[in-house]
Amino acid sequence: MKQFFTFVKKEFYHVFRDRKTLLMLFGLPIAQIMLFGFALTNEIKDSKIMVVDYANDSASKEIIQKLAASDQFELQKSLMSHREIEAAFKQGIVNLAVVFPANFNSDLLSQNSAQIQVIADASDPNKANSLTNYVNNIVRDYQQERVNESQLPYQIQAEIRMLYNPELKGATNFVPGVMALVLVLVCVLMTSISIVREKENGTMEILLVSPFNPFLVIISKAVPYFVLSLINLTVILLLSIFLMEMPFEGSLLLFYAESSLLIIAALSLGLLISNSTDSQQTAMLLALMGMMIPTMLFTGFMFPIENMPVPLRIISNVVPSKWYYIIVKSIMIKGLGFSAIWKETLVLVGMTAFFLFVSFKKFKIRLA
Amino acid sequence: MKNVVIKTDKLTKKFGDFIATDAITFEVYEGEIFGFLGANGAGKTTAMRMLCGLSIPTSGGATIAGFDIYKEAEKIKANIGYMSQKFSLYEDLTVIENIRFFGGVYGLSDKEIKEKSDDLIDLLGLKEESKKLVGSLPLGWKQKLAFSVAIIHDPKIVFLDEPTGGVDPVTRRQFWDLIYEASNRGITIFVTTHYMDEAEYCNRISMMVDGEMKALDTPTNLKKTYNAASMDEVFFELARGAKRQAD
Amino acid sequence: MVTLQNISKTYNKGAIKAVDQVSFKVKKGELFGLIGPDGAGKTSIFRMLTTLLIPDGGVASVNGLDVVTGYKEIRKQVGYMPGKFSLYQDLTVEENLNFFATLFNTTVQENYDLIKEIYVQIEPFKTRRAGKLSGGMKQKLALCCALIHRPTVLFLDEPTTGVDTVSRKEFWDMLKRLKDQGITILVSTPYMDEATLCERIALIQGGKIMSIDTPEAIIKSYPSPLFAVKSSKMSVLLEDLRKQDQVKSSFAFGEFHHLTFKENLPENQQSLLNDLEKLGHTCLEMKEITPTIEDCFIQLMSH
Repeated sequence: MKQFFTFVKKEFYHVFRDRKTLLMLFGLPIAQIMLFGFALTNEIKDSKIMVVDYANDSASKEIIQKLAASDQFELQKSLMSHREIEAAFKQGIVNLAVVFPANFNSDLLSQNSAQIQVIADASDPNKANSLTNYVNNIVRDYQQERVNESQLPYQIQAEIRMLYNPELKGATNFVPGVMALVLVLVCVLMTSISIVREKENGTMEILLVSPFNPFLVIISKAVPYFVLSLINLTVILLLSIFLMEMPFEGSLLLFYAESSLLIIAALSLGLLISNSTDSQQTAMLLALMGMMIPTMLFTGFMFPIENMPVPLRIISNVVPSKWYYIIVKSIMIKGLGFSAIWKETLVLVGMTAFFLFVSFKKFKIRLA
Repeated sequence: MKNVVIKTDKLTKKFGDFIATDAITFEVYEGEIFGFLGANGAGKTTAMRMLCGLSIPTSGGATIAGFDIYKEAEKIKANIGYMSQKFSLYEDLTVIENIRFFGGVYGLSDKEIKEKSDDLIDLLGLKEESKKLVGSLPLGWKQKLAFSVAIIHDPKIVFLDEPTGGVDPVTRRQFWDLIYEASNRGITIFVTTHYMDEAEYCNRISMMVDGEMKALDTPTNLKKTYNAASMDEVFFELARGAKRQAD
Repeated sequence: MVTLQNISKTYNKGAIKAVDQVSFKVKKGELFGLIGPDGAGKTSIFRMLTTLLIPDGGVASVNGLDVVTGYKEIRKQVGYMPGKFSLYQDLTVEENLNFFATLFNTTVQENYDLIKEIYVQIEPFKTRRAGKLSGGMKQKLALCCALIHRPTVLFLDEPTTGVDTVSRKEFWDMLKRLKDQGITILVSTPYMDEATLCERIALIQGGKIMSIDTPEAIIKSYPSPLFAVKSSKMSVLLEDLRKQDQVKSSFAFGEFHHLTFKENLPENQQSLLNDLEKLGHTCLEMKEITPTIEDCFIQLMSH
């Protein structure tokens, strides 16, 4: 056991003394989260909107005027019906439509409450989210003014409809994606490189000629990356909760358990790669081409899988991160428990077992 | 008066506080076989890089084939050949492809390349192997081929960095036959080696110790000076005093 | 201790014959040298003996254990220093040593007496990273690491390649002292001059053993008297020697050229000197010499 710990210690030395790689490992996910989380939700100016005003009364006109006056919006035109909205969206002329029902002002006066409908093109979810928020703010301002005038509580409710991307896949969906990507990247890439490096340096020869169990070599190599991945995961989690106000509804324990499962799957994949190559370059290329790109494509956080052609949808099933992504979303956003994700978990367990089996089977206790 | 092809004046290279090459001054004559000896870390590689125009000196100067190492590095490169033990040829190209490639790099015309490669393959007896990958040749053949390629453009000077390391004794001698032949054609040979018998084949030998040039003379005179029976002893006598430990 | 019987190894599905029917025995406590150029098959032989490669043919054993079936036991008993510097460059001297000690289930303290003499030379640099050591010191550290578990058989694959003369001498002195402690040592080297430092040697070329014996016996078996000759113009002299009818072989050898005659006649020397003088050579000097291992190697290669 002491041998094992010494080995693990040595691996940590390697990791901490290679400053550049370490920086990249932690810097990259943070940069990604920041990029997608903030840069893309920056203030939006002069977005094209249109209105359908069935009411055509003082209240609706006043709100429309406010919308047109704001920096964020550029009023494109007023339409006569819902049907025209659909067409305008499809042509991509506008990003947002606001619909005032008939009797808007009278509803407001008689029932102290009225509804408007806000329809956004959510294929760019971050933008759609921001735009609807702006509309909400303007409507709230108007409400405030009327309350001040009449001392009566008015309620205008905005009913928001997102077109094309009703779940509004944005930052909230992006974070679990980045998590999956980072875990796969760190584990597959780093383990395979660190094993192949021993081969390149010739130290593998000495390790094999020692009485130390070759399998323990592999396992102790995996430990630091396992730990690193968990730290990385925690950093991303904290960033997204405190900086980006992501919800975390479910069980933290379950989240870490499921993440560990993906890590083990990725580690065994890394081992598999390191078995089939002798140079760090090839290992890196294999890991990037073989793992990173499929992860980006088929996890579902960049490109919705349900919109893909059938063959690609089938392929996506063999990508472990796809299942992890579903699991994490369920835990973080929907707050679901194990009973809701046991099927996905089972798939991941199966994959992990398979990768582990193959990589141990293929592991060489000699050279060549 | 012999023609001087390499002339250095207090050539110095520092890496931070570390003086890799410490004010070395020497001359090499045209057609000479000049042995550049020294223990590991004595500063041989650094000096050689400066002479090839690959590295800029911290101070001092040198002219190589009449060109200044500060201002005319490109002209120097056109007039020298270089071969090292580690990299010299592309292992995944065939013999003939390597010859053509390096001929092209040095700006030979297609006709010249054709002639040269035919001569070269004849000289080395590689007719059967000309279409084989260089990686599949024995080390000794590779090194002989690499040397021939390094002088394909008839340079004034050729720099050889441990060209015969690990080569068998017979091929090593064949390699030196090639060196003599090039030297007779007027090409100056600047060579480093770990084999002390090869030091004897040089016209003159320099010894680097701790970045300084501690000795420079013919092998016979060096043995006389240090009262030694062989070059091995001369080397040992000089290098033993080295203080520098790190590479 | 170590035996090989008709051991063969091929690569690329038989296209490259690295080791061809090699047999030899190394006795307990012997310092045995495998002498040959790069590509002769030295590394392949070492890797088979250290259980890293499986032979394609033949049987081999170390300490009576078969290299294929007994690999687990062998790995506990042998020390191995591969040709390339194989320590962790980003770990310090001390960390490397401790790591390898633990790997072999022992401690540095336990076997300190064995490595003490070597280790004290690098101890001043124990906090330095191995990658920052000079060639000679790296090699000492690698030897310490290979010795740390007190192996009974030590395999050193080209330990002195790329190391300067001074460090090479020191290294061989260390090997002799290790041998005195009863460790069986197999060492390979491309430097022929190191052959005489071994008790017995095998000269190997192209995967085949050309000769196995003590260095003295190999030198003694040199088939004909060997002469050294020099003149004021060495390169011309070599060409002229090759043209002489009575000369069987001639080759450059340091400050002299070495040569043998076709027939063993007493007047050989004088008649050759006369001929050379006629060709215009001055300062001629000629003497009969004892062959070196390199002479023997060249002679064996020409067969």
